[in-house]
Parts: sequence; structure tokens; C-alpha cells
Amino acid sequence: MSQIVEAGVAPNLVASEREGLLTWVASVDHKQIGILYMISSMFFFLVGGIEALVIRLQLLAPGLHLISPETFDQMFTMHGTTMIFLFVMPMLTGFSTYVIPLMIGARDMAFPRLNAVSFWIQLFGGVILYFSFIAGGAPNAGWFSYTPLSEKAYSSLAGVDYWVVGLACIGIGTLAAAINFAVTIICLRVPGLTIRRLPLFVWMTLVNSFLMIGALPLLNAALAILLIDRFFNAHVLDPAWGGSALLWQHYFWSFGHPEVYIMILPAFGIISEVIPVFSRKPIYGYEFVAASSVAIAFLSFTVWAHHMFAVGMSHIANLAFGFASMLIAVPTGVKIFNWTATMYGGRIRFTTAMMFAVAFLVTFTIGGLSGVSFAVFPLDWQLTDTYYLVAHFHYVLFGGSVFAIFAGFYYWFPKFSGRMMSERLGVWHFWLTFVGFNMTFLIQHILGLAGMPRRVFTYPDLPGWAVMNLISSVGAFLLGISVLVFIWNIFESLANGDVAGDNPWDAWTLEWATTSPPPPENFNRVPPVRGRRPLWDLAHPERADEKVAGT
Amino acid sequence: MISIRERGKIGVGLFILSEMNFFLLLIIAYVYYHAYPGPGPTAATALNPIRTGLFSLALFSSSATIWMASRAARRPDSRGLVMWLSITIALGLLFMFGQAREYYDLIASGVTVSRNLFATTFFTLTGFHGLHVMIGLIALCITLGLARAGKLHEQSMDGFGAVEWYWHFVDVVWVVVFSIVYLWGAVAS
Repeated sequence: MSQIVEAGVAPNLVASEREGLLTWVASVDHKQIGILYMISSMFFFLVGGIEALVIRLQLLAPGLHLISPETFDQMFTMHGTTMIFLFVMPMLTGFSTYVIPLMIGARDMAFPRLNAVSFWIQLFGGVILYFSFIAGGAPNAGWFSYTPLSEKAYSSLAGVDYWVVGLACIGIGTLAAAINFAVTIICLRVPGLTIRRLPLFVWMTLVNSFLMIGALPLLNAALAILLIDRFFNAHVLDPAWGGSALLWQHYFWSFGHPEVYIMILPAFGIISEVIPVFSRKPIYGYEFVAASSVAIAFLSFTVWAHHMFAVGMSHIANLAFGFASMLIAVPTGVKIFNWTATMYGGRIRFTTAMMFAVAFLVTFTIGGLSGVSFAVFPLDWQLTDTYYLVAHFHYVLFGGSVFAIFAGFYYWFPKFSGRMMSERLGVWHFWLTFVGFNMTFLIQHILGLAGMPRRVFTYPDLPGWAVMNLISSVGAFLLGISVLVFIWNIFESLANGDVAGDNPWDAWTLEWATTSPPPPENFNRVPPVRGRRPLWDLAHPERADEKVAGT
Repeated sequence: MISIRERGKIGVGLFILSEMNFFLLLIIAYVYYHAYPGPGPTAATALNPIRTGLFSLALFSSSATIWMASRAARRPDSRGLVMWLSITIALGLLFMFGQAREYYDLIASGVTVSRNLFATTFFTLTGFHGLHVMIGLIALCITLGLARAGKLHEQSMDGFGAVEWYWHFVDVVWVVVFSIVYLWGAVAS
């Protein structure tokens, strides 16, 4: 069977290598599409990063006028929208697109063409979003575009229209990708790879797919209503004409809160792969990591109005959403204990990937704790829309998702490219990121407690504000330098990195059973799967998991 | 009922899950403003439940005819398949014709998208449903073309099954929309 496949594919490969760029544009191969996701996400990561630096430069000192308030509004809107929709989501989707079929021993995704459509349509959404800059001004109503500010009467330029259409494209593309992942994982697993043996990254991607299938249509419906308001002069979301601004807030956050978990669940999956491999121990409490994700997915649809405490809801609603928001910290906390217990007593190898994973545990926990503090709604009333909030969500999104993305990148780069990333540059990258990140955002907790509101383009010289903002801005530029080191590391390692071999980390999941990078057909022969760590079983038949433990 | 090999059906099943949430929000928006009617036309004054109900019967019965088509395809009975598919498409077109006439009359009497909150949420909800019917009709026409060319084999039954599920879903959405907008909204009030 495998010989037939090889004979069929090999000549194609030679032909396609000659065609160069076209093979990438026309590709339906999950590995190429995965890399396209990563390249486009890295590009938008740089763009969004530059926008962040513009913001921090403007806030460097009190009373600066480097950019106008209008430009500032565009910068924070585009920074948020870009980092969420064009960096974190597609980067994680890119990892899943590349790795999932390999991890389950499949040839490709369930719908390879749909896979290509997903990528190109979400990239098209990104292009539309950025086209707004040359079409009369970027969107400037914040990443959640509250109505009535985003209505025609208050945002008459086309920026919000580009925001709506761009996000709708990204939403449709991501939805298609989610369906594709779910069907791939349900239908294409290699025999023996039961649901209780799935690698946890696959588990998280599966749960995440259902989260996306549930949440993205909510965004699309809200966008459709806003677009009809703007294009056809309707007033569904405009209170001046009997519409309801609250409807938009409910609709947007009913998507927006699951979205937060859409950006963190695959990150949990990465951490659940990296920590066991570099601790030389199987994950502690596999069932709990998997089941707590399902709990998170369900609960994430019940907490949306904690973004709206300041709106003035009924006391009962406040209590219910506050309670649900605290409840969701429980399954998340379970995972933190699982990862910590996995490291306990392990032979830990502090590779760059592992350093980012361990740092993730610390920074994400800080972000999680400040999140719980927001569930106490009187605190929320005090702190909402201050820099305390900005600090909180950067601790979960940067300290969480982005640290995990770096961990995953260092972990899988040898598989993607066939070369090791430089650990020397990696260590520099890690420490610059860790120090720069904490310098930028730790101080913002205090800045927020001191009362500095977010989304103001400058501020008066109140006691302590100048020095705290200065520290934050210097940290941001350190973070900027760390990204340059990362990019340098990628290019340096692609050119001169050590050859990786099939399984440089002694990892246990199926993607390491094939060559690096894998051939177009992925596997010549998929090793037998009799437990959660097929490559461990293969290397140590006498101590195979099935003989030692139940699974 | 469904095997692990039928990825098309599983994929469309998941797509239907997402579509349910999409329509849920459009329905909530309609119901919400139905509770707070502003000035201007309402469901009770603007809509004609009997005429729309007759055209709706066409869509409802098309669920039965596509089921007959899939039964014919499994038998296999290619002439029956082509006939039942054609009837399904004709019934879908009849429904779309009814919606087009309804829209034409409404707009002619001044009930446009931007007239008031009832009109906006009504056109949004029924318009998106109509869009879904049209997509279903395109899929059905492709299926009919394959069936006529004799290319609807055993292997493509999964794809046909996916189209069938989608068509049933479009029908079910209309059962809900018709009940809420026309029966509860127009008749009951």
C-alpha cells in the first residue's frame, strides 16, 4: 500500500517543486497551508506590534502630541483587531493545520480544498481590514466597535465598514477551518488512536473547533446587523431611533468571551505537549486536562455579560455572571495543577520551548487571578476601562497565548523546517520577551489602580503616572527588540541550523515518527498505536505504557 | 444512521450547528423589537400569513420530495432520482417566487428595510433565510446535473446526503421563522 502511494506521489513532487510560488498559492497540502498561516500571522504580528509601539511612544511622557487623537484611536483599534484576528487566531490555526493530521496519522485534512479556502478567505479579510488605511481611514471604534459609536451617524467614514467586512471574512474562514478540524479528528484517526489516547493538542483543537462552531456565527450575525444598519440606514443598534445599543454588546460579547477561550485552548494544548516532553514524564491527569477543557468550553458561553457590569444590569444578572466567571477559573486552575504536577519530579530540560512553557504558567496564572478579580463586579465598576484591564488581558493573551505560541514554535520548528532553532538566540529571545513583557504590563496594574483610563491619547502629569508610563514604554520597546531577535533566529536557523532528524526532542506523538519536514504523503508507515505515547512504546517495548498503565 | 466515513454529512452537520446560532440571534433581534413596536408597520399590519403560508407549503413539502430522491438514489433508481430532485428544485423555486412577490408588495407599500425596527429585523431574518434557500438550490442543481449525467455513484452518496441534510435544515429554520413571524407575530396579535 505504501509503495503504491509513493509511486503515485513522487513524480508529482518533482513537478511541483519546479513551479515555485504557484505551488504555494494553489496548494491544498495541509503542511504548506499551515506554513502560509504562520507566515501571514507573523507578518501581521509585526504590523500589530508596530501599532503597539506607536501607542507606547505617544504615551511615553505626559502631554505628548506625536500623533493626533484620531490616529491614536485607529492605532489601538487596529492593534487589538490585528493581534486577535490576524495573529493569535490564525497562528494557532496554522499550528493545528500543520500538526493535527500528522498527530493523528492522517494523509491530510478531511477537506483539503476547504482548508485552502479557509486560509485565503481569512487572509483576504486581513487585506480588506488594512485596505481601510488607503480608503479614507482605518476603523477607530475599538476592537469591539460599540454602537452607537460605530453607527453611520458617529463613524461616517468607511473604516468601520472595512472592519465589519474584514471580520466577516475572517469569521467565515475560521469557521470553515473549525469544521475541517473537527471532521478530520473525528473521521481520519489512524486505527488504535482512540479518543482517550488522542494527544492533548488534538483534544484541545477538537474542543476549540466546537467553540468556534458555536461562537463565530454569533459574531457573523452581529456583523450582519451592524452592516445593514450602516448600509441601509437602519437603526437596530441605534438608541436615538428606538434601537438598542445593548443588543450589540450582548451579541458581540456572546461571541467575544468564547473568543477568549478560542485563543487560549490551543495554547493549553501546546503547553500540554511541551511540558511532558521536556519533563520526561507523561502528562499528570490526562483525563482532567481533557475534561476541564470541555467544562471551559461550556462555561465560556455563560459568562459574556461580565464584560458589561458597568452597563448597569440587574443585581441578579450581576451575581449570576459574576458567579459563572469565578466558576470558569476552576477548570482552568485544574490545568495549572496538572502541568505543575507533570514537572514535579521530572528530569526537566530547559530548552527555549520549555522556558516559554514554564513562563506561561507564571504569567497566565497572574492574568487568570486578575481576571477573577474582575468577576467581583464592584471591583469591575472601579477598574473597568482602566490600565488594570489592559494589564489583565495582556497577561492572558500575551503571557498566555503568545508565550505558548513561542513555546510551540520552538518545539515544532524542527518538524516544519528540518532544522533546529538556535538555542543561544532562543535564550536571548526568551529573556528579552519575559523581562520586556513584565516591564510593560506589570506596572500597568498599578497605573490602572491609580486611575489612568485606557484609550486616551495622552494624560496629565499626575503623581507617578509619568514614571509608570515611561517604564511601560521602555518595556514595550524591549519587547519589540525581542521580536527582532526571534525573526533573526528563524532566518539564521533556516539557513545554518543543525539538521534536526525525525525526532530531536525524543517526543512521543506521531508527528515525530516521520521525516522533518514530512513528505507530501506524511507517512510511509504509521507506527502502531496502543497507548498515548506511540513512539515511547516503540522505543521501549518492555516498558510500554500499555504494560505499565491501563491505557 | 451515520458512519465515520461520511465526512460530508458530519461536516454539514457541524455547519448546521453553527447556522443554528446564526439564526438564533437574528430571531432574538426580531422578537426583541416585536415586544417594543415603534411607530409604523408591524407584522400584524404588513404581512399576509395566508399567502405566505401557501408558498411555505411548497418549501415544507420539498423536504418530503428530497427524501424520496435520496430513497431513489439508494435503490438505485436514476429516473426516480432525477424526477424527485427536479420536483424539489421546482418547489424551492416556487417558495423563492413567493418571497420575491412578498418583498415586492411590501416595498411598493413603503415597507422598506430602513422603515422601522420591525421592517429591518423582518427583512434581515427572512432575507438571510432566502439566501440560504438559494444556496441550497444551487447545491441541488449541481446534484441534479450529476444525477442526469449518471455520475451520482456510491462514493458521492455522502455528498448528496450532505445536501439533503442542509435542505432539511433550511426547511426547519423556515418552520421556526414562519411560526414566530407569521403565526405568532401576525395572527396572534
